[in-house]
Amino acid sequence: MADQPTSMERLIQGILPENPVYRQLLGLCPTLAVTSGMKAAITMSCAVAFVLLSANVIVSLIRNLLKPHLRIVIFTLTIATFVTIADRILAAYMYQMSKTLGPYVPLIIVNCIILCRCEVCASKQPLFTAVSDAVGQAAGFALALSSIAAVREILGTGMFFEIRVLPASWPDWVIMVLPPGAFLTLGLLLGAVNWMGSLHSKNKQGKEGGEKT
Amino acid sequence: MNYLLEILLIGIGAALINNFVLHYFVGICPFIGVSRQVVTAFGMGCAVTFVISIAAFLSWTVTTYILVPGAPLSSWIAEFFISAERASRIDLTILSYIVYIFAIASSVQFVEMYVRKFFPPLYQSFGVFLPLITTNCAILFACLLIMGHIVGVDNPEDVWDLGKSLTLAVFGGVGFTIAIVIMAGIREELDFCDIPGPFRGAAITLVVAGILAMAFMGFTGVDSGLKKVLTPSTVEKTINGDHLDHMKNN
Repeated sequence: MADQPTSMERLIQGILPENPVYRQLLGLCPTLAVTSGMKAAITMSCAVAFVLLSANVIVSLIRNLLKPHLRIVIFTLTIATFVTIADRILAAYMYQMSKTLGPYVPLIIVNCIILCRCEVCASKQPLFTAVSDAVGQAAGFALALSSIAAVREILGTGMFFEIRVLPASWPDWVIMVLPPGAFLTLGLLLGAVNWMGSLHSKNKQGKEGGEKT
Repeated sequence: MNYLLEILLIGIGAALINNFVLHYFVGICPFIGVSRQVVTAFGMGCAVTFVISIAAFLSWTVTTYILVPGAPLSSWIAEFFISAERASRIDLTILSYIVYIFAIASSVQFVEMYVRKFFPPLYQSFGVFLPLITTNCAILFACLLIMGHIVGVDNPEDVWDLGKSLTLAVFGGVGFTIAIVIMAGIREELDFCDIPGPFRGAAITLVVAGILAMAFMGFTGVDSGLKKVLTPSTVEKTINGDHLDHMKNN
């Protein structure tokens, strides 16, 4: 167990070093589809956080009862149940938002992030570790979604949270809120994150090398 | 509008205008993961088209006969337990997500077993893709689109029948195949390009997909144009078109 990260480390790892979107390239469908505005992105990440947390708790509690060949089915059905709950809550209290998000809320069921966390972490770890892991991953997902949505909304409409931030003379880059803008933004941000990561690791290597010599 | 025209418009809409990958962003994982070579990309596309059709058939059947309010099968069973009037209002749509994901998972399992038993060469060529398809969002998305056209539609004439649902599913799969094969073709060439380090791999693929999505935006309006050409009320336009063709030939 010595090389297993502690629960605190898992929490921090989820946010940047193992960010689900930028590092592991998981759950790209909602990342691309609902990031045309900040409000939709925040709602989506809340829904994913709720499902991820609940599914991790349940899977972690029943981890000793799981049979290996049936575990994926159990995970999927657990997730589907919580997604139904989240979808009903959205439809009841935020009707407009649930219309905007449309089929992407039920698509959380097949979101690889949640299945991956259930498989990698929650089915092997005790409750507290699983919860902190879920919180970390959900925070990382929210960070990624809001960063993409911020770029797209500001450049596409000149507004942030539907409040105008750029001068009215700003020519709206409509392409940014349309589908191609999503691909372009995610591609460029991914490149930027990789670049920063390589700079960071170079610095680290340089420092370590310096200490050795 | 006659039935064939509707079918045609649904097909073109699903395959080109509202392409599953480039417009709705579903099935991105295989689109980026399995698009290194044209051959494997085509195999993946075929497998998805195959499973999506079966899943659409299952989900249409289940939705129409069991899930919608007043569905024949569920109200018939419920009549044994509660009064007939209450049984006809029984609504099981809240179960739809769980039912769909269960139907998809089990149909993938059955397809895999069937193909392995009866078409070994096909099974060899599909390889690991078949089980992976279970978590492909494109399949569930097609089921949800079909559900959206059955549940909550007020006018009974607008409720989709099996033909329309299958058309949507098959052409959605064809659109997925088109997108992933084009992508694989570009990526094969991309291997010889000098790409800046941080962008190698997924980042440049996404940028290319963005440009591809811009190209597919050019199909917007094809459906309304076709509708105009093919509906009988605008015969003059077709005649003009023929006239132009004659001019070109001459």
